[in-house]
This record gives sequence, structure tokens and C-alpha cells, in this order.
Amino acid sequence: MSKNLFRKVWDAHAVDVLADGRTQLFVGLHLVHEVTSPQAFAALRELGLSVAYPGRTFATVDHIVPTDERARPFRDDLAEAMIVALADNCKQYGIQYFGETDSRQGIVHVIGPEQGLTQPGMVICCGDSHTSTHGAFGAVAFGIGTSQVRDVLATQTLAIEPLKVRRVQIDGALGKGVYAKDVILHVIRTLGVNGGVGFAYEFCGTTIDAMSIEERMTVCNMAIEGGARVGYVNPDEKTFAYLKGRPYSPTGAQWDAAVETWKALASGPDAEYDDVAHLDASTIAPTLTWGIHPGQAVGIDESIPEESAVPVSERGTWREALEHMQVRPGQPVQGIKVDVAFIGSCTNSRISDLREVAKVVVGHHVAAGVKALIVPGSWSVAAEAEAEGLDKVFLDAGFEWRRPGCSMCLAMNPDKLVGDQMCASTSNRNFKGRQGSARGRTVLMSPVMVAAAAIKGEIADARDVFGGVA
Amino acid sequence: MRKLGEIVTGVAGRGVVVPGDDIDTDRIIPARFMKCVTFDGIGQYLFHHVRFADDGTPKGHPLDDPRFEGASILVTGRNFGCGSSREHAPQALMRFGISGVIATSFAEIFYGNCTMLGLVCARVEDDVQEAIAAAVLADPTVQIAIDVPSLTVTVGAQSYPFTMFSSARDALLNGNWDPLRELQVRMDKVRGVAAKLPYAGFTSGL
Repeated sequence: MSKNLFRKVWDAHAVDVLADGRTQLFVGLHLVHEVTSPQAFAALRELGLSVAYPGRTFATVDHIVPTDERARPFRDDLAEAMIVALADNCKQYGIQYFGETDSRQGIVHVIGPEQGLTQPGMVICCGDSHTSTHGAFGAVAFGIGTSQVRDVLATQTLAIEPLKVRRVQIDGALGKGVYAKDVILHVIRTLGVNGGVGFAYEFCGTTIDAMSIEERMTVCNMAIEGGARVGYVNPDEKTFAYLKGRPYSPTGAQWDAAVETWKALASGPDAEYDDVAHLDASTIAPTLTWGIHPGQAVGIDESIPEESAVPVSERGTWREALEHMQVRPGQPVQGIKVDVAFIGSCTNSRISDLREVAKVVVGHHVAAGVKALIVPGSWSVAAEAEAEGLDKVFLDAGFEWRRPGCSMCLAMNPDKLVGDQMCASTSNRNFKGRQGSARGRTVLMSPVMVAAAAIKGEIADARDVFGGVA
Repeated sequence: MRKLGEIVTGVAGRGVVVPGDDIDTDRIIPARFMKCVTFDGIGQYLFHHVRFADDGTPKGHPLDDPRFEGASILVTGRNFGCGSSREHAPQALMRFGISGVIATSFAEIFYGNCTMLGLVCARVEDDVQEAIAAAVLADPTVQIAIDVPSLTVTVGAQSYPFTMFSSARDALLNGNWDPLRELQVRMDKVRGVAAKLPYAGFTSGL
């Protein structure tokens, strides 16, 4: 038996075991944004500490930035205070900062890979649970709290409980109109929203092998929604091809050395795991959530679950979900009216997501009364989309084309649901109130399914709406 | 908030039951209240969306029920604290006056964040959770004591076992729940690990 990737990376970064048993773990790359860092910098200041490895921390602003008018000062005083604090903190401590007008700015989990900062074999942390996204490269990446952000700034290490590893093997070819988003929603639906607590998920199998790096990012992004703090994929030729030539990627002889090192990280055929799960991807339908957590999901041909189909232990949340979502047991999900369509977030705002949407919406128009937003994940994604004319396709189809940021995934900027609006969303969380209105309702789905919902004004099967194109 | 280095052998007080499973950190502290550069004052926004209607009218949430006023132990369900890694959630709980949480299970990042602040998280079996919740609802003045060394929670005259990560238990009992000073004393070792990273030198600046 040999070590799996997680164990190899963990062992290479383990500094020591603390008296209480937590591991002191070195952090190779630390990403910072405006929401979870100001208190950490304030603590450094209060304790008179410096940043131990300023070159290993990179910062950007994403959660609170408006996606329409970007002029400073922001109209929201609190948002302005946060961006000022981040810029000042980065300046004072010598941290590279990609500000709101920098061509490298974007959602932190989009720009790390884009810049080549995210590399296989690194421990990557950020005060953000969707840091698991970076696991798509064979990194061990996870979200941390603000006190840990402070610890990483001060020592480049943190104290953490070791994780077990579950190999989540997914085999089979995806059907037409089925995407990485459907796969991860299916995984969460199958293994549960807390099934991954205490585990890192190693995603593998022919389905994962066949995915592009951007698709793997979508899968790893939502590992945390299944309770797994870490999700990762073993690095392969696609990983190396993606990273080659990126601004922070190694070059020349270092590149060759890096690829050799990265190859050796992958879990071998005899690697040891704490648990194994198998899923068949060939039967996955376009999948969407109907309730108030990402595990309350069904296929597009299914209906809202009847009580008898729900395990007794989950009936409380089922009842709560019915009430909040204003749906009834047995109701088909197709035909549920939507008010807002949101395509964006660290789950689905990359160029491949936008290309898929552009491909299907040509010749269609957003239904009357539906507000439809497309928010690219970064300036780089936006520039690429515009160079390809995708923005025109979106605008012609009645979508708004915005500037990069987290936007309506968590509604810390002006993009919010109002009242009990129903939103078809490519984001990662359908929690009550997540999209800015306490009564707002969120249905998670793939970008192409959101496009179909926007065009029909109701939840629809994209394979029907787009006549087999999807 | 706890004093740095304080040895935490347990917490005691009256309880409040917040029923439900999979209560996420967005519900514990909605994102709009994270528009701040300090945690000061965040306690008042605890569970804001479920406590108050859009116009600010209280909705009769247990935290606003006069019978549970001053409660310091929150009793809740499964997978408490799932979702976002925001430390604002345990910060809001502590600043509201909650010093211990009893649940049937916890989400991992939330649990780690609580430990870092010395907030005591006790995991109990379903039947124990039901018994504790019933006792609190029957008599809101009943005293609850979470005793860390013995891993026992006492509710009135009844005692029940609970579990926690042994690292969390040790961290509370040795006063190093905030590990910063412990991390700092090993900086020589840290530099050694940094120098030997397989990717050392792969990236300029890193």
C-alpha cells in the first residue's frame, strides 16, 4: 500500500504535532479577500506581529464589489471601508494585491488557477470555504476562519485536525446536457450534505478523467457542500497543459522538474484510503436542488419528494424546505416559475461555462419579467468572452453582462434577490437568505439549465429547450 | 470573549433550543452583516433573518423568547454550522452570550473555528439531544453544565455523555485553544519545512 496524494502533500507540509494533537501545517499559498481578513490584520497589528512570508499571500477583492458601476468610492460606505482596509493592509504588509481595476482581479478561486498560483502538491488556504476548488489541480486546499488567517499571516502555518480520505470514484460517460455541476449535485445528493465531514474527497474514475480542468474545479468547488473540507483530483496531463505558460507557472528547466514532481504526487493504484464510494455517472440527469441545502436535489424529470421517500431523520429539513420554497410534495420541478437567473460564482463563472451558455442561447430570448445576469469570474474571463463575442450573444438574448465578482452567490454587493423571488442559479448554496433576501429562494443548477430557465421563465429541461444542442 | 490562555474546564448556564438540522452559517450570521472590518457588535445580528421579519418585527424566535433570556448554552440538531467558513458565525454566537453548543453533530470548519475561540462544542447522541431539549423547554431555568474533563453534560439532576475531538478537549484544558503562540515557537522548524517543499523555487516570489 502506498500513500494517496492527500497524505503525501500533508506529510510534506507537516511542521509538528501540537500538544493537543492538532497538526501544525505549512501553507504554500495563502489567498486573501476583503471579507474574512480585516480582523486578522487588525490582530497582527494589535499583537505587533509581521507577516512571516508575504510572498506566499495574494489578495483580491471579490465579495463586495459592484458588478455594474465600479467607480470609487463605492456607493455602499461599508463596502468602501472594506476595500480600503484590504488595500491598506496589503500595502503595509507587502502583499501582492489585485485591486478592483487590476486586469488580474476576479473571484479568488478563479484567479488563483488563472494566474498559475494554484499548483499541484501545495497546501492552499483562504478564509473561504470554496477554497476546495483549487483541489482540481491536485492541491490540498481548504477554507479557514479568520483567526487562522491571522495564524497563516503571522507564521505561514495553522493548527488543524488531520483528515481521513475517501476515494469517490465516478465512472461512465455523461449524457447530453449533463455537466460537471450535475455530477457534483448528484454526489452530494447521494453521499449527503454531511457525509464528507472529517474527510477529504479524492475524485477519480473515468468521468473525472474525461473532464476538463475547469469542470474538475466545479466538482471540487462543491466538495464542502457535501461536508468535505477538501476535494481534489490527481494531477494529469490536462493539469500540466492548463498550467503551462501561466504568469506564475514555472518556466524552462523548472517547468520540466515541476511536471516530474507533480506526476509523482498522484495516488498510485495501490494507494490506501479510509473509505471508498462508487458512483455511476451514466445515469445522471440534469440535476437541480429543490430545497434549502445542496443535498435536497432531484433530476429534472423528478418531482418534489413525497414524505415517504424521505428518511425520517431528514423530514424536519424537508418540511422546512417545502415551506420556504413554496412547493408541495409530488409537484414536478419542471414548470416552477423563476424570477431571476444568475450565471456566475466560483462554481460556474469560467470561460468554458460561458461558452456553453453562449452556444445554446443564440436565437433565444430571456422570458419577459425575468432578470438574468451573467457575471464573469474574472477580468480575464470577461476579456476572453468579449474577444469571442460572447457578450454580444448574451446581450442579444436579453442577459445582463456584468463585471467580475461573487455577486448574487452571496449578495454582499448590490446584486440581491428581493422578497421571495425564485432564482435559478449556478452558484453553490441554496441556503435560506443566501442570495440577499431572507425569503429569497434559490435553485442550484448548471449554467445551461439556468439559461433554459431564464428563457422559459420556469424550470425546464435544457435538452428540450435547446432542441438537443445541450 | 475568552481571555487568551484561559483554561476552559467547562461552561454552565441556562439553555435555549434552536431546533433544526443543517443550520448553516449564512443563517447564523447573514452575509450582509459581514460588511464590517471588526467583529464588534456582530452579536446582535445572530440568526437575524430567522429572528426578524423584513420590516424588523421580531418573529418569536427562541433567542427572543423572554423565558430563555440570558441563556448561554445553545441546543440544536445535526450538522450545525455547515456552509461558509465565516468565523463571524462563532464570533456572533459568543458575542451574543453563547459559550457552549450542544448538537448531534457539527460541520467541520465551524467546529475548528469554535475551538480557536474557546467556544465549547459538545456532540451528543440523538436521544440525549432530545432529552436535553425537552428538559430546557419544560423548565427554561434548568441549569446545564458541560464538563470538559469528564465529557459529561449535566442538566438539572440528569447527566449524559458527550464527545468532542480529543484535540479540542486538550486545547481547552491546556488553555492553548488559540494556538498562535504555540505555532510561533516553532518558526525554526517552519523555515526548515519551507526550504524542503517539493515546489520550493517553482514560482517566483513563492
